[in-house]
Order: sequence, then structure tokens, then C-alpha cells
Amino acid sequence: MDPLHQFQIQRFVPINIGGLDASFSNSSLYMVIAVALITGLIVYGMRGRALIPGRLQSLAEMFYEFVANMVRDNAGPDARKYFPFVFSLFMFIMIGNLIGLVPGTFTFTSHIIVTFGLALTVFLFVTLLGLVKHGFHFFTLFMPSGVPMALAPILIPIEVLSYLSRPVSLSIRLFANMMAGHTMLKVFGGFSVLLGGALGGLGYAVGILPLAINVALVGFEILVALLQAYVFTILTCLYIRDALELH
Amino acid sequence: MSDDQSPPPSLDDFDARLRKARERSAGPAPQAEGDDDLPRKSLGLAFRIGVELVAALIVGVGGGMLLDRWLGTTPWGLIGMFFLGAGAGIVNVYRAVSGVGYAPGYRKQPGPENGPEQ
Repeated sequence: MDPLHQFQIQRFVPINIGGLDASFSNSSLYMVIAVALITGLIVYGMRGRALIPGRLQSLAEMFYEFVANMVRDNAGPDARKYFPFVFSLFMFIMIGNLIGLVPGTFTFTSHIIVTFGLALTVFLFVTLLGLVKHGFHFFTLFMPSGVPMALAPILIPIEVLSYLSRPVSLSIRLFANMMAGHTMLKVFGGFSVLLGGALGGLGYAVGILPLAINVALVGFEILVALLQAYVFTILTCLYIRDALELH
Repeated sequence: MSDDQSPPPSLDDFDARLRKARERSAGPAPQAEGDDDLPRKSLGLAFRIGVELVAALIVGVGGGMLLDRWLGTTPWGLIGMFFLGAGAGIVNVYRAVSGVGYAPGYRKQPGPENGPEQ
């Protein structure tokens, strides 16, 4: 009945590389499943290459066009080269969130280490992109022109901190949303079971109420799963534009 | 999974049917969407603001503690970085609110890109 039990990592195949625990766990398993599903959808869905798409091909094209438009509108036309990165990110997070909603599965996006890993990848990618594109000029990001020199000692640390907090806020947002949602589902599910156990038949009759709330929550969680994947991706696009254009 | 239509329909025919279907579904759809658009957006914005503020503080305080451990200046790094982190958090929130939609970073107009100084 512990609502946090669902977040426990179970090691399936213990692997130890030089004191580093790299075991194949349930988290890894569901990541592999997510990647397999995405690859399956894209490769199998597009195998017909029909002019008038069928269902799966429509779905694959819809995702493609959705992310392509997002990259074009938010990251600028120069960012076309980075579309594969953004697309993989979006699909991985979205499918990961959605798989987690199937009862009995594990949601790998509810672990902060996973989301922080993803956010750090984005952060390093964007920083390196800015450094490669603009060289040392990139650091004017922290000291905008037209600001009096006297403000520099305060402004630069604040700007640097604000920049460093990007991966943290990116990862906390996704992880907190997923973890809170799944905990809430489990708590309300637990109410039904506890009521039934305590009061018998009457308890099961009253237990329909939390169950009804759970049905509404599952709908809300599907919205959150899609929305959070969208937010993560759109912020990535905006960061890429920051690095490319440097205003 | 492509549907099995034995004679492939001509493109003009498909175009006409698609247009008709779009016209049919065009009517009530936007209104239904607009109704619950606002609370959902403001909920997202509210959550985003909270996270922005906390994230900058985490980075500031964590960085301050690391700096203290490294330099041995025990309370001062933490105190200084706490205020800088709070400042950065407020700057983040300002940008999240004043920017267009989810724009986190810098102003689109040319000129000084930092909001608070203006």
C-alpha cells in the first residue's frame, strides 16, 4: 500500500563496472521498450511510403510534422540541422510518460536522475553549440551591452546562476509532474482497497468514489504526460535559438 | 497499417472528400477548445514559476555550499550565493512571465536584453 513503492528500482541483471553500479534495472528495461516502440512506430509505420497514409503512417507523419513545426517556429530556420536531436528527445520523453500510465509499468521519467541526465545533455549541447558558433563572444550572454559597468559585479553572477539553473528547472519540472501524478493515482487507488478491507461490502460501495476520481485523474495524467514532453521540447528549442542567435 | 482499398482512389477525389470532411468538422471545434484553454494555461504557468524560483535557489545554495567546502569560508559563500540565487530566481520568473508564451531567455527586440534594469 506504499504509494512510493512503484518508484523502486529493481536490478534484473546486476552489472558492476569498476565499482559503478550499471545494472540492467526495470528503469533500463522500460527505456529499451520505449526506444523499441518509437523505432517500431517510425520504421514499421513508414514502410509503405504511401501517398495517402494509413493509420500508423499518419501517426508517424503527425509526430514528425509537429516537431518539425515546433523547431521551425521556436528555434528558427537555422536550427533544422538539430531536428533529429529534438525529435528523439520529444519521442523518448512522450513515450516514456505514456508507457508509465499503463498499470503495472515503471515510469522512468519519474526519476530525477533520468530527467536531469536528459536536461544536462540539452544544457551541454546548447552551451557547446553556442561556444562553437560564436567563440568567446558567447559570454556576452552574461553581460548584455548597454548595461553600466558598475552593475557588472552583481549582474554577471546573477546571469550565470540563471543560466546554470536551466537544467535544474527543466529536470525538476518533468520529474515532479510525473512523480506527483503517479503518487496521487496510487493514493486514490489505495483508498478504495482500504475502504473495502475495513468496511466490507459497504466499503466497496463507498470505494467507488475514489475510483471515479482516479478515472478523471488518469485523463488528467495523459494530458500532463503530453504537455510535459511538449514543454521540455519547446524549452530545448528556445535554448537552441538563444545559442544560435545570441541576440 | 494502410487500409486495403482495392482500387486506389484518384487524388482529386481524395482531395474533394478531405475538404468536405474538414468543412464538416470545422464548425464547433475552436469554441470547445477555447473554453478550457485558460485554466490549463494558467495552471502550467503557475507551476512553471514555482519551479523557476526553486531551481535558481537550489543552484545558488548548492553552489554556495560547494564553494564553502572548497575554500573553507563556511557561512559566507552560502549567504552570498543564497541572495544571488534568489535574484536569479526572480529574474527567471520575470522572464517567464513577461516573455511570449514559454520564452525563457532574452528579449526579442534589439537593445538591452535585461528586463529588470529598464
